[in-house]
Amino acid sequence: MSNGTGTLHTISVLVEDKPGVLTRIAGLFSARGFNIDSLAVGPTESEGLSRMTIVVNVESKPLEQVTKQLNKLINVIKILEHEAGSAVERELMLVKVRASGDDRARVMEIAEVFRVNVVDVTSSTLTLEATGKPEKLEALLSLLEDFGVVELSRTGRIALGRGDRGIRERVLKAAND
Amino acid sequence: MKISGALAVLKALEHEGVEVIFGIPGGASMPMYDPLVDASPIRHILCRHEQGAGHAAEGYAWATGRVGVCMATSGPGGTNLVTPIADAKMDSVPIVAITGQVPTPVVGNDAFQEADITGITMPITKHNFLVKDPALIPETVREAFHIASTGRPGPVLIDLPKDVLLAETTWSWPDRVKLPGYKPTTKGNQRQVVEAVKLILASERPVLYVGGGVIKANATEELAQFATVGSLPVVTTLMARGAFPDSHELCLGMPGMHGNYTAVTSIQRADLLIALGTRFDDRVTGKLAAFAPNAKVIHVDIDPAEIGKNRAADVPIVGDCKDVIAKMAAELEARRSEHGAPDRSPWLDQLAEWQRRFPYRYEQAPDGPIKPQYCVERLRAFADEDTIVVAGVGQHQMYASQFWRFERPRHWINSGGLGTMGFAVPAAMGAKVGQPGMRVVAIDGDGCFQMTAQELATSATEKIPFITAILNNGYLGMVRQWQELFFDERYSGVYLDPDVPDYVKLAEAYGAVGLRAESPEDVDAVIEKAYSVEDRSVVIDFRVDPKEMVFPMVPAGASNDDIILGPETAQHTTDPAEAPIV
Repeated sequence: MSNGTGTLHTISVLVEDKPGVLTRIAGLFSARGFNIDSLAVGPTESEGLSRMTIVVNVESKPLEQVTKQLNKLINVIKILEHEAGSAVERELMLVKVRASGDDRARVMEIAEVFRVNVVDVTSSTLTLEATGKPEKLEALLSLLEDFGVVELSRTGRIALGRGDRGIRERVLKAAND
Repeated sequence: MKISGALAVLKALEHEGVEVIFGIPGGASMPMYDPLVDASPIRHILCRHEQGAGHAAEGYAWATGRVGVCMATSGPGGTNLVTPIADAKMDSVPIVAITGQVPTPVVGNDAFQEADITGITMPITKHNFLVKDPALIPETVREAFHIASTGRPGPVLIDLPKDVLLAETTWSWPDRVKLPGYKPTTKGNQRQVVEAVKLILASERPVLYVGGGVIKANATEELAQFATVGSLPVVTTLMARGAFPDSHELCLGMPGMHGNYTAVTSIQRADLLIALGTRFDDRVTGKLAAFAPNAKVIHVDIDPAEIGKNRAADVPIVGDCKDVIAKMAAELEARRSEHGAPDRSPWLDQLAEWQRRFPYRYEQAPDGPIKPQYCVERLRAFADEDTIVVAGVGQHQMYASQFWRFERPRHWINSGGLGTMGFAVPAAMGAKVGQPGMRVVAIDGDGCFQMTAQELATSATEKIPFITAILNNGYLGMVRQWQELFFDERYSGVYLDPDVPDYVKLAEAYGAVGLRAESPEDVDAVIEKAYSVEDRSVVIDFRVDPKEMVFPMVPAGASNDDIILGPETAQHTTDPAEAPIV
């Protein structure tokens, strides 16, 4: 699941915050046969713009076609492809694990090692809140699976390019040229 | 000034230079019909089916290069526009579709005649809008026309809830469009142009592979200059017939599944393909891996997503064909006078020899059944240069493209990408509205004709005369052809009956002139009669040979090297599993 290797690529898409924009993007992916591994969307530092982080599986279609087709959507302002290591990528995960008897201490111990928070407790389960690189969450999850995962919710990846420049400055610069 | 949202729509259309709307009113769109009584100079042409209105808007756009406009009400009005909108998307036709919508408070409540038309048309429009605030109407209309007509053209839909149309708003026309995510690249990169010209000068067997984008860019004069300067032979795809004169010595005609031998084979043998405003469609390439196997590719297109989509380009150039072709011609001229030009005569001689040996052919026996190709040739023989030809989809479309001689752009209109049966009659009507001084001839099939013939009523009441020449073989002929060749002559679901309906009586019932030709000697007289009628539409029922098939043919999925020239060399496949995929 690491970025930039194999068939998964992370892209950031800056879009106008208009009704239907998520549908347009999701629809384009299905119509063109592109595969989304995850998609996270939220507001940005500037009003009227939303940012999507999309993890694309490019096994069947090249990434170039994905970005070119996305660029044709009127509401898409800018697309940034994150090369391996060029972006900070994080994901948030909530996971409810069976943890009664001896298991409880062992789950707590794992939580401590991974520096994740316990956010809910019942007599038979613990709910953990984990943030981090996708690799870290995968590693955590594989350990927790031994105890029994009751339910799991993940946000999908979000990413920001490293360095001092933001995606928006490049856009504004381009708009003023 | 306070005006209704509906009047704002009409005023905005007027600002965009709209002269005519093809449409049908209904409950939700009614407010827009009130200003048409006396507050708007725009002509509304009342069609008989929204699909007809949509194709008419397309025909208008094809013939004029301007944006065609169609209008429908909510629900079924909008869904009936789906086919023409999808057609316009595939063929990059600039149209704006305006639909009424149920009032905003009940949107989402399954109200009467409600359909989520923006959701439905999202994948088949270039963009669409649902307007919830009447103050946004002028800028939305302006943006819609800008998007439809610039870059790679296409359909745009504006959905207007009834309460938005009835609400009062302040009129103000925006001085510019604000679309931060929409900036088509129109100017070709000069460095790439130089690279392209170097390849052209180094090539021995170049072919200009010209698509519909050249016509949309109004770049046909630049193309003629470019081809002549470089001695570059030209193939014109189905979408580009007329982009380069068929009578020009460098013109090879149409490539593709039913293209002529020389056009198809020139590409297969080329060492350089100069692809202009074209998208390497499967009907042209056949088996992609075997297409132009020895050619380097220069690909010019205004849509960056087309470049590299099907075939990798050695020199990709994003830009408007008019700009890029002019630049390439100028660069070619400059470099040629400096370094001299390669000798193209062996290649041109080879092409000329193929043209002599393998022309399109058919045989019209004097006493035999009428051949459809003969009808097209005779229709052309009696027509003047400014005749617009429109076709639907199927065998008749291929005969029309093969046997008409095209000399000018925007004189050939058909449904290419989507392959929409029923396109011809309403599109011919729209073309006639756009070019009232030209004769418009729809060459149609009997299957196609029956899908949209109701627009003959529109033609009569709105006085929009055009000619429909039905090549009536009583079959869905192209499907029949495939069943004969690939399904062991097991005909299924293709027989229509040439006598039902009686097309002459049907024409007369619609206020048109109905004519029929049953044997070859009738053909000329019927055409002369048809061309003499100016005040109303004419329908000609040409009873043609149902056994005639379109050749040459490259079976779908086969290599262009395996072109079948005629029925004598066609291999009949008896195993359906070996039949070509679509």
